[in-house]
Amino acid sequence: MSVPKDLRYTKTHEWIRREGDVAVLGITHYAQDQLGEVVYVELPDAGTRAAPGEELGTLESVKAVSELFSPVGGEVIAVNERLTDAPHLVNDDPFGEGWLVKIKISEEPELLDAAAYEKLVAEESQ
Amino acid sequence: MNETRLKRTPLFDEHVAAGGKIVPFGGFEMPVQYTSIIEEHTAVRTRAGLFDVSHMGEILIRGPRALDFVQKISCNDHAKMAVGRAQYTGLMYPEGTFVDDMLVHKMADDEYFLVVNAANTDKDFAYIQDVAQGEDGVEVVNQSADYAQLALQGPLALEVLQPLTQTDLDAIRYYRFTWGEVRGHRAIIARTGYTGEDGFEVYVAPGHAVAIWRAILSEGGSKGVVPVGLGARDTLRLEAGMCLYGNDIDRTTTPLEAGLAWIVKLDKGDFIGRDVLERQAQEGVQRKLVGFEMIDRGIARHGFPVMLKPDDEEAAGVVTSGTHSPTLRKPIGMAYVPSGAAEPGREIWISIRGQVRKALIVPLPFYSRKRKTKA
Repeated sequence: MSVPKDLRYTKTHEWIRREGDVAVLGITHYAQDQLGEVVYVELPDAGTRAAPGEELGTLESVKAVSELFSPVGGEVIAVNERLTDAPHLVNDDPFGEGWLVKIKISEEPELLDAAAYEKLVAEESQ
Repeated sequence: MNETRLKRTPLFDEHVAAGGKIVPFGGFEMPVQYTSIIEEHTAVRTRAGLFDVSHMGEILIRGPRALDFVQKISCNDHAKMAVGRAQYTGLMYPEGTFVDDMLVHKMADDEYFLVVNAANTDKDFAYIQDVAQGEDGVEVVNQSADYAQLALQGPLALEVLQPLTQTDLDAIRYYRFTWGEVRGHRAIIARTGYTGEDGFEVYVAPGHAVAIWRAILSEGGSKGVVPVGLGARDTLRLEAGMCLYGNDIDRTTTPLEAGLAWIVKLDKGDFIGRDVLERQAQEGVQRKLVGFEMIDRGIARHGFPVMLKPDDEEAAGVVTSGTHSPTLRKPIGMAYVPSGAAEPGREIWISIRGQVRKALIVPLPFYSRKRKTKA
């Protein structure tokens, strides 16, 4: 199970990568594996403001729906438009081309590091 | 489900070894998928897929009055069936609603083999036994533990299964079955299924299930035959417009409401629920099960409210099944709507997690194969 060391994680299986004051946000490899093939992604418009833990959108697979929660507070400044036609990128490359939104951070709660997230996944997988 | 211990089919270890994701279903631990629902779905549509459906229930009705009894509990007409035929029907409550839907196989003039849904097996058996109380010449036997069931479905099903049996599979026409041997083991081989494809359902003693499962995958492996889980079973049946008990039909719905008038034979004589169905046939039904495609984005799932206008406060109907169709590559579903609003081409609105989204009523099924077998 891939858990990149340079990212921060949430208990709801999102990840962020800091790029200056911007957080790139996605769901983890474990999350996409649990969800199954993503067939539909619904994301907020650029300009949307979110508080930490607030729902930002939904990802749907054939069998299930999963909510996306914002790990940080801030303003959505970019949305991965490719996912409209290629939602499977979330499965194929969850930490790369399957990124979901970019948020200009105004509030950043403490998140899990890779080791803590791996521990969480190990517990949930039991 | 309650806390009762989940059962396993004889193929459970095969599923785990093949990487199957195991979920509870109908009282069993079953594989929902092995690799991906969409890949498994596509395998069945284009090649063939192998399903473990051993969780399904089998109930035998036998005795000199077996036919009369089956006629009494079922809404279809089984009087004209020849031995070796299978028929789809409903097991009926006095309200004309479904105890279950099932396949009736005529094994002999005095023997009918009912295949019922896993989650309903105990309920069905208790109900049938209850109806049989005081009836002479009828014996009801729950044979669910005596059979494992494998379904091989898809255009390559015949050529993959044929090398494993002496029975001429091409001679078994659609919805017919025969006793035979598969890999030397006695089996019922039926040309039936729940996917909208050609294929076979094989009933064998549980102890032989693993050998036959492996033999089919070994025979079909080079042709792209793969094991298929319950996830793709659901998308396949929904594309084919087939009802799922607990979703599209249940104890509150009648076959006429569900678009299953072809299994209701009012002229066959009396049966349980007949008076309700006769009245519905004369007066018309209040609601109908229809197919829909989403126009707006999103998947409308079981239980989501349906409105006839986008700003209607009250729901006029409800979604019974909804998924992403791997074949059509768009969201599809089935819903009950008022009869006056059930015509294909009409727009309906569905509340998806609080957001009102437009959908279009379309004819069922969503998918039908080009038939090579004689119907």
